[in-house]
Amino acid sequence: MPIISMREALNQAMNEEMERDPDVFLMGEEVGYYNGAYKVSQGLLQTFSERRVIDAPIAEMGFAGIGVGAAMVGLRPIIEFMTFNFSLVAIDQIVNNAAKIYQMSAGQFCVPIVFRGPGGPAVQVAAQHSQSLESFYANVPGLKVVMPATAYDSKGLLKTAIRDDNPVVFIESETLYGVTSEVPEEEYLIPMGKGDIKREGQHVTLVAWSKMVHTCLDAAGELATMDIEAEVVDPRSLRPLDNEIITDSVRKTGRCVIVEVGWPHCGFGAEIAFQVQRDCLDHLDAPVERVTSDDVPMPYALNLENEVQPQVKDVVAAVKRVLYLE
Amino acid sequence: MPSIYPLARTCNGYAQYIPRSIVRPRQLSYPSRPMSTPEQARIDPVDEEPEPVTKEELMPLYRQMLAIRRLEEASAKAYSQGKIGGFLHLVIGQEAVCVGAIATIGQDDYVVATYREHGHAYAKGIPARPILAELFGKKTGLVKGLGGSMHLFDKETNFLGGHGIVGGHVPIGAGAAFKAKYRGEKRVTLCFFGEGASTIGGFSEGVALTALWKLPMVLICENNLYSMGTPLYRSLAVEDVSMRALSHGMARDRFDGDDVIKVKRRIAVAVERARETNEPTLVEVRTYRFRGHSMSDPGLYRTKDEVAEWKRRDPIRHSRQRLVEDCGVGEEELKELENEVKAEIADAVRFAEDSPPADEYFPYVIKE
Ligand SMILES: Cc1ncc(C[n+]2csc(CCOP(=O)(O)OP(=O)(O)O)c2C)c(N)n1
Ligand SMILES: [Mg+2]
Repeated sequence: MPIISMREALNQAMNEEMERDPDVFLMGEEVGYYNGAYKVSQGLLQTFSERRVIDAPIAEMGFAGIGVGAAMVGLRPIIEFMTFNFSLVAIDQIVNNAAKIYQMSAGQFCVPIVFRGPGGPAVQVAAQHSQSLESFYANVPGLKVVMPATAYDSKGLLKTAIRDDNPVVFIESETLYGVTSEVPEEEYLIPMGKGDIKREGQHVTLVAWSKMVHTCLDAAGELATMDIEAEVVDPRSLRPLDNEIITDSVRKTGRCVIVEVGWPHCGFGAEIAFQVQRDCLDHLDAPVERVTSDDVPMPYALNLENEVQPQVKDVVAAVKRVLYLE
Repeated sequence: MPSIYPLARTCNGYAQYIPRSIVRPRQLSYPSRPMSTPEQARIDPVDEEPEPVTKEELMPLYRQMLAIRRLEEASAKAYSQGKIGGFLHLVIGQEAVCVGAIATIGQDDYVVATYREHGHAYAKGIPARPILAELFGKKTGLVKGLGGSMHLFDKETNFLGGHGIVGGHVPIGAGAAFKAKYRGEKRVTLCFFGEGASTIGGFSEGVALTALWKLPMVLICENNLYSMGTPLYRSLAVEDVSMRALSHGMARDRFDGDDVIKVKRRIAVAVERARETNEPTLVEVRTYRFRGHSMSDPGLYRTKDEVAEWKRRDPIRHSRQRLVEDCGVGEEELKELENEVKAEIADAVRFAEDSPPADEYFPYVIKE
């Protein structure tokens, strides 16, 4: 099986879906001639021409809204945000229009659109370019929110997102584009709302998505040297959320640590923690723990930036707390 | 003491709370416009010859305008009886704009509008029954009681809403136009908005992209001289909204909206341009709402004289007069039509009242 990067996997997904359906088009800043600010759309312009790979000027609210309007009347836009930080100037289109039109029109107009691009912390780009917005979007009924952690998941989920009849917020970790995994040559789809066990274990459940899956896998490796077997559960999509895969794991391990790179206050992990205590109270041997970034805008200096975000040692410490080893 | 602060007279007891810094004093040398006056709205010469018209052309437009007015009068009544809730924005006084403009397009063409959209919906071909039932929050409403007055949507007639965020729907209109061009369809999109929308980003970005990509859309600014209680001169540095087209190299037009035939003729040029060349146009139509911004607004920031002057220019009265004077339609025939309209709206009110209440909201959140 070929081993490819997440960047290539996303590129393949768009390529295949645009090949398959002439109503799919890609629009965003620098997606065409520049091949994408992060080179995710490399080569698509050559294959699909300016008609379907559209370089937009800097007008996120404008082109996100054009996507919503085009989706209402039958196209399947992929709107790329250069980074999700810039989705904030288009959030009206995502939250007030894309997420609501299916309901406000009583099911007459659906909005099959994907808003995608890199998000979450990047490296040394400071507060305005380095933040996790998934909890904002996951709060909104009418949206789906996907955050893949591997090349394999990225391809299968993006293809599903493009075929979905609802607006999908598809956030790719800015730091994972180069991460590689095995991706089959044959076509495959991964449904949204279906999590994945990234590592099996019996002593503690680690729930994480996107970048934090890798932090948790590293932590699990370290914990294994202490004879602690951590199970790493990746929900892959936050909305819909595969509650079952999380609660099944927690019922097995009796302990749960939720790790997210977003802020603690009203972060998505709090929602998972609620669902776990509601559904697994009798199985829990310790209170649910959360590991998050510090409650601050992201600093620039590399040492501070790392300190803000959950590190392997923080995850290990949290696991020890729920195992009463400290 | 004579008031040098123009708003002091008009704010119904709240004048003392208006910070003086936001009011433009009259002594200043640049032209002071304490209030939008009818004169200012006259862009065309007042004595301009009206467009020639036939009964065949005008009668259906008159009927539509009248039906919209009766429909909205009925909603106002129902609102005061507590049968309609929330915000209710009436288009009464402005009917010639939506009716004249939408008369230039067909069923396949798209319309996107604001929260003041009952008239646009009716003109696009949505019957009074589902519109009123929607306002009443009933199961039989156009959108099953989920949208209400501000969110009318209809797939069959390509009516794309009904939008409550000022300016946020301009890019949506551009998106519908984008799709028409993408697929090579000769469909045109009409996007309506108030002059108050011309200061928000959604409008600016929507116009910029529409012009850049030459999307087949006609942007129609219904300039009713006020955004809520704020008159033009306090919200726009340049009161001519159509001038925004210039910086985008876009065609523009600007005229008064009293005469439905004139609206139709002028918008038709823009529609033709969009259909044949994909070139968009920004059209500003000066008009006036007779009532407050919404039902909860008594509109006390306007003088009685100003409102009276605009009522004298009532587009419905204007059309009726032309039917009698220029088309030779008899009183009897008009009465008959007016009774027919009355019956249509009375039936719709009855339908709305008798319909069962709205009863479900889960099925329309996510499409399975
Ligand atoms: C973004 C946004 N800001 C404020 C409002 C509240 N609001 C609703 S209508 C309105 C005035 C709009 O005036 P205009 O665009 O001229 O349209 P009109 O109501 O006169 O038809 C305001 C401020 C809103 N709906 N959306
Ligand atoms: Mg206005």
